[in-house]
Amino acid sequence: MAFNIYDLTSFTQSIDKALYSVLPPFWAVATEMLIIGVAILAFYAVVGLYLVYAERKVCAFMQNRVGPNRVGPYGFFQTIADLIKLLFKELVHIKSADQLLFNLAPFIVICASFLAIAAIPFAKGLHAIDLNIGIFYVIAVSSTGVIGILLAGWSSNNKYSLIGAMRSGAQIVSYELSVGLSLITMVILSGSMQLSVIVENQANGWYIFKGHLPAIISFLVFLVASTAETNRGPFDLAEAESELTAGFHTEYSGIRFAFFFLAEYMNMFIVASIAATVFWGGWMPLHIGGWAAFNHIMDFIPPFIWYIGKTAVVIWIMMWFKWTFPRLRIDQLLSLEWKYLLPINLVNVLLMAFIVLMGWHF
Amino acid sequence: MTEKLIQEDIEHEEYTINMGPQHPSTHGVLRLVVSLKGEIVERVEPHCGYIHRGIEKMCEKLTYPQIIHLTDRLDYLSAHMNNHAVCLCVENALEIEVPERVRYIRTIMDELARIASHELWWCSFGMDLGGLTCFFYGLRDREKILDIFEETCGARLLLSYNTPGGVMYDLHPDFQKRVKEFIVYFRKKIKEYDDLLTGNVIMQQRTKGIGFLSKEDAISYGVTGPSGRGSGFSCDVRKHRPYGMYHKTDFKEILRYEGDTFARYIVRMDEMRESMNIIEQLIDNLPEGDFAVKMKPIIRLPEGEYYQSIEAARGEFGVYIISDGNKTPVRVKFRSPNFCNLSALDLISRKQKIADLVAIGGSLDYVIPDIDR
Repeated sequence: MAFNIYDLTSFTQSIDKALYSVLPPFWAVATEMLIIGVAILAFYAVVGLYLVYAERKVCAFMQNRVGPNRVGPYGFFQTIADLIKLLFKELVHIKSADQLLFNLAPFIVICASFLAIAAIPFAKGLHAIDLNIGIFYVIAVSSTGVIGILLAGWSSNNKYSLIGAMRSGAQIVSYELSVGLSLITMVILSGSMQLSVIVENQANGWYIFKGHLPAIISFLVFLVASTAETNRGPFDLAEAESELTAGFHTEYSGIRFAFFFLAEYMNMFIVASIAATVFWGGWMPLHIGGWAAFNHIMDFIPPFIWYIGKTAVVIWIMMWFKWTFPRLRIDQLLSLEWKYLLPINLVNVLLMAFIVLMGWHF
Repeated sequence: MTEKLIQEDIEHEEYTINMGPQHPSTHGVLRLVVSLKGEIVERVEPHCGYIHRGIEKMCEKLTYPQIIHLTDRLDYLSAHMNNHAVCLCVENALEIEVPERVRYIRTIMDELARIASHELWWCSFGMDLGGLTCFFYGLRDREKILDIFEETCGARLLLSYNTPGGVMYDLHPDFQKRVKEFIVYFRKKIKEYDDLLTGNVIMQQRTKGIGFLSKEDAISYGVTGPSGRGSGFSCDVRKHRPYGMYHKTDFKEILRYEGDTFARYIVRMDEMRESMNIIEQLIDNLPEGDFAVKMKPIIRLPEGEYYQSIEAARGEFGVYIISDGNKTPVRVKFRSPNFCNLSALDLISRKQKIADLVAIGGSLDYVIPDIDR
């Protein structure tokens, strides 16, 4: 079993061959699915926990304080302690709430983000599903999360949750347009929606450099729109503590609240990894065409580290502007999308198409 | 036809929500009963009284030096200024002239308290709007002022440093040095505040044009302080009826005419700068002398009614004492600036959105213990 850190295809192929040689084909496929499911679930849980820790530390340093530093070295196990506490909390049973929908809502939100993570390439060969409509699938599947939010607000039987859920729903649905359009701009540049092809095409330069102006505009719009879509940053009116309502997850307690909380951080991770994949080259090291020595040094770092590093930088940027800016009001938020981002996006798509046709990209 | 009426009925349904006594963004225990139509505020009814402690009644049983300790706990952010008001009232009634040094000390401490109060306002205003980092930056800088207070009289916030006739102890030898260091430090930091919040497009969009208070309404509701000056109502007691050293210092009364939340914000930011100017003019010229006049052990005010007002951080704070010659007053009434400012909340929040209510409340900057006394 050759474990080549730079190309995990041989590793995954060897596991595949081993399974097929031992089990009948149906069970081999089933076992593979099980392995992948468990691996992604573990990744999801661990990354979710540590994103919460990272947020607390990052915001603490920006606010001139230290953050968690008691539980474990540098407070490393703080989130695990929080998770254990949430697991033990009483799941408050609400009689007047619609039981089925109330219990279903957190699962829908988690499933939506879980499905999206399956299509992202983590490293060369480490790709759960390589669909030929990769980007389209990711956008479509992450849109289903809004159902969970609306269900949570409605089934809570609480007018404040309903207000919060409606605001949140309106916000997410509006900003999906901007997210989709900015990704379409990059699809025009790459010529394919398949995520592995998009990453491979960035071998001699990342799309943000190749596509210069429209790609940069597209990246900025994507960053703004995806923060709004994940209810984060300056767009978190729906769940703001200092506003009137505590948002759609007021009535949830214990592990169900943890699901919403986790799903929000994982959504942030997903949009950051999409940004890193489509704009910054995914697991592709930074290559400058023509500088062989530089490229050789860059190649030395394993692709998985590149991927995590890029995603981490995008996440850090998102955290940075969450803790700096005040909140937008809901009508300002929606007018930002419909009056500013959408026209910019549409013009940008035309611009990119024009540039691709004329061949004025690198 | 009936369908249309029913539809209209549903659309015009008003509902009432309660921003209860415990709420992160009403600064203290205040209950706001808000009538909403959709997202628009129709009416705001403040219900105060949750922290009524009967301070005015308690004053009737206490001697004049003891009243000072209670006034700390009214608008606790301008504690020193409240003490100053009571001392001025008693001293004017007894027709005592305090030494120059005392006036200098009181003015400098007043202005430091004003800066500290406005810093806390800035912290909580930023936090209410959603910029949580502002809270920590403001508090970090306010700690420096509180350290100066602690070195001077032992207490950080509720100073009780004033006493009728002067101050309790003399200034410690490092006072001038510390204050000067603070001013140099804070002039740099206030630029940071501007970078972080004032110049921010999001913040400007949430405050410009929101919560308009006209000058006539400000005068008729009695909205004084920075909230009134943001609407063009020139009401600074330091200019109109100077006390302490204000008649000898050169400072501007900050006035803005737009009357919206942003104007009130800018007035407070500029007031912090003016306070630093005042301190700079006074700190170098502290005269030598007594820090207190020798008073009788039991202070008795002559029979009559006495009123003295000063400019607290939030407006005109007045002390009205009715005395019948005894060592305790018959009646003490405090003119609370926050009470009048709060009364204008209903007027200026009509037809605004619910999210704006929080911004407006932050800009009026009310401290509830002063409302309830």
